[in-house]
Amino acid sequence: MKDTRATARPIITLEAVEKYYGDYHALRGISAEIRQGEFFSLLGPSGCGKTTLLRTIAGFEDLSAGRLFIDGQDMAGVPANKRPTNMVFQSYAIFPHLSVAENVGFGLRRTRLSKTDKAARVEAALAMVGLSGYGGRAAHALSGGQRQRVALARALILEPTVLLLDEPLSALDKKMRDQMQGELRRLQRQVGITFILVTHDQEEALIMSDRIAVMFEGQIAQLDTPQMLYRRPVSRKVGEFIGVMNFLPARATVADETHIEVEAAGLGRAVIGPDQLPGGWHPGQTQSVGIRPETMSILYPGETTDRRVATGVVEDLSYYGDMTYYEVRLDGVERPMTISMKNLVGRPVLERGTEARVAWDARSLVLFA
Amino acid sequence: MSDRIRGPRIGRSEAAQGYLLVATPLAYALLLLAVPLGAIVLFSFWSQDYLTIDTTLTLKNYREALSDPLYRQLLLRSLMISAAVTAATVLTAFPIAYYVSFYVPPERKAMWIFLITIPFWTSYLIRVFLWKVILGYNGVFNTTLLGLGIIDEPLTFILYNANAVVITLAHAYAPFAILPIFVALEKIDRSLHEASRDLGEGYLSTFWRVTLPLAMPGVVAAVLIVFIPTIGDYVTPMLVGGPDGRMIANMIQTQFLRLNNAPMGAALAVLTMAMVSAVALVFVFLNRRFLRGRQ
Amino acid sequence: MKRPLRVYAILYLAFLYAPIALLPVFAFNDGTVIAFPLRGFTWGWFEQLTEIPALHAAVLNSLKIAVSTAILATCLGVLAARAATRFAFPGKKGVMGLIMLPLVLPEIIVAVSLLVVLLQLGLSLGAWTVILGHVLIATPFSIAILNSAFQGLDLSLEEAAVDLGETRLSSFRLVTLPLVMPGIISSLLIAFTISLDEFIIAFFLTGTEPTLPVYLWGQLRFPQRLPVIMALGTLLVLASVLLLAIAEYARRRGAARTGQKDAGGFL
Repeated sequence: MKDTRATARPIITLEAVEKYYGDYHALRGISAEIRQGEFFSLLGPSGCGKTTLLRTIAGFEDLSAGRLFIDGQDMAGVPANKRPTNMVFQSYAIFPHLSVAENVGFGLRRTRLSKTDKAARVEAALAMVGLSGYGGRAAHALSGGQRQRVALARALILEPTVLLLDEPLSALDKKMRDQMQGELRRLQRQVGITFILVTHDQEEALIMSDRIAVMFEGQIAQLDTPQMLYRRPVSRKVGEFIGVMNFLPARATVADETHIEVEAAGLGRAVIGPDQLPGGWHPGQTQSVGIRPETMSILYPGETTDRRVATGVVEDLSYYGDMTYYEVRLDGVERPMTISMKNLVGRPVLERGTEARVAWDARSLVLFA
Repeated sequence: MSDRIRGPRIGRSEAAQGYLLVATPLAYALLLLAVPLGAIVLFSFWSQDYLTIDTTLTLKNYREALSDPLYRQLLLRSLMISAAVTAATVLTAFPIAYYVSFYVPPERKAMWIFLITIPFWTSYLIRVFLWKVILGYNGVFNTTLLGLGIIDEPLTFILYNANAVVITLAHAYAPFAILPIFVALEKIDRSLHEASRDLGEGYLSTFWRVTLPLAMPGVVAAVLIVFIPTIGDYVTPMLVGGPDGRMIANMIQTQFLRLNNAPMGAALAVLTMAMVSAVALVFVFLNRRFLRGRQ
Repeated sequence: MKRPLRVYAILYLAFLYAPIALLPVFAFNDGTVIAFPLRGFTWGWFEQLTEIPALHAAVLNSLKIAVSTAILATCLGVLAARAATRFAFPGKKGVMGLIMLPLVLPEIIVAVSLLVVLLQLGLSLGAWTVILGHVLIATPFSIAILNSAFQGLDLSLEEAAVDLGETRLSSFRLVTLPLVMPGIISSLLIAFTISLDEFIIAFFLTGTEPTLPVYLWGQLRFPQRLPVIMALGTLLVLASVLLLAIAEYARRRGAARTGQKDAGGFL
């Protein structure tokens, strides 16, 4: 699957897109290609411009500069109602004066289908989202999850080239959200339409997407697959935003073509490969290294390892049942770092103040400027 | 702690507390509204001969009111004028409400609404009288048009007739129509319009399929809030209506204060209330049907 | 659509303000006929205002009635609005419906029905009968304003006060009242303005002492008095704009205090 997608043709092309609201610079030179049939997410904190970008694609906002192509067509001057995109709104925007079937069939008025054909299309769309037989219901009689399904069916019935989803799960409770994440993913594979999801929830983006664009302050900070985003964030900001990452002051020098020598506070000296260095800059610019909590472990008394070992003290801990998150202050480092450990049988949770030996690998270090 | 122990004893039931609070305003409304309205209804079944009131119940007043062409015409004309005022006011108010709700920036909306409401709070009598000044034979309107050479002699069809009453009342009740429509439009989730556009509809069809149906409760409220008081208006027909613009309220006043025939006046008042209620019920029913399938 | 709608809106505002705009024009016009062309500037009509004792009596009478109406209607309004927003009781809809009924009743009906009862009871008409009628029609407006003031109130604030040892009554006085005070002020001003401007009920129920609108009504028949009326109207407009500005300011402060979004409007 991944391989065919990687070579799939671009369905949306953004070229140096700019958006101003008065003096406010909402989008700053966004360039990206979104491929046919992929599940693409725009991820970022609120105010980063992700919703603005989605709305420019939908046609609700004009571009201040730059170009936008959908399926090879320049979208300049094409209004929202003429674009091959459909949207699932954050509020779902279910028409309160219409029934479920009238909502789902809203966009069919302009198609020249017969009444029975339209009804069949509506029923098929409802069946697709698991709402068979709900057509006659009043829109207000629906639960949050059902409203979301109606919004999905309404947007998909027109068979858009691209489906845009604006934080569609944020109004649902945790359990419903988990369920809908799976269903959205399944639905997207089934219909094969390109989905673009806007979300501020990094976990949601990681679970659902083929590729993710992480946005800060109107710019794309990194566009990558979920795995690469997590393992090789290009900046501290991205590393911090996605999952938990510990940062240590560090310095790096080039040893030879295939080796870089890193000296990180608390961890000591290590040698890494050039693939761990984000492209485009010299190792000498290195200011810090990042390391994920689950790539380290605390050794128990008497336990031996062939990994690198650093020493420190357990300052605090949070017990999560299956996991425990320790705050360990390494010797010679000011701020404690987070280390996550599975709670295994026969391994009691450590207490505050315990001396801890921390095992780690040079391969899990990420260098940052 | 002691408070909590005493709590249940002082804490009367919710209903009792509610009744206790509402008792005074309710008593006031019962004594000064319900009883008088009942009295009017009772009165309308009495009859009066000069200064003596005959308290035997009779339908004489109603028979007279509905058969005498003078009364019948007045009732009918009041209804027609009110309907015309309502139509004119609501139709001209809608675009204003729409403009303020959709095109005025949020921080300036309160100011616009304030601007629209100010004229309403200035002396009603003087406002109506000023329309007489504007529309009169030598009025501002005619002298201006004459001065500009647009007309050769003063227009006469704009004062002392039903037209003048409609214009003046449409002016007086404008804020009453604008506000409920504005409130209904404000309540519409803006993403509904985007959803309609997203699903392929243009601006006009979005207005027909989404905005107008959702604004309907406001329109119905506007219709009622304009229609009800205008049908009983006294000042405007008196000042600008002329003999052909008189309405039912003028006759009620005449019966009570001039002809000293309170029972006849009461019967006309009851008939007016009946017309108002009938129209109100029709619109409330229409509104229900619009609201079917909504919160 | 924005451009034509804006033009329409401005024309409409011009229509709304046209009569009022004429007031000062003729109030300062040095001519006895209310028509164009204008004849020159004068303060004379305003000076004459000070020399009419009947007018002064009518103004005083109106002020007395309006102040009483404002206070009574607001008291009734507080009780009803508090009951409506805070407590559930059977028959609430019917009770509130009756109290709010004058809002949707032609005023002439209210006027004649009160007149019939008062005359039947053999009571003499006077300022107090006008007050009775005005309180009846002003109370629904007060309730509407106070309802939104009470509704914007977080119920747990009062519960917090009770939890901290205050009684229900003292927590109402210490917590609720200060928070709805802007609503109360705005209700007082609106009820005052309604009473001051009301004509038809006063016309029916006033005895030998006319209120200001009833006095004005009598003057409108005499053409030579019209310029003075224009001067009086100018002053009245200024007074109501001032009152309204204060009411609006109070309402906005109230909305800000209870943390509501400013939606604008009185009704």
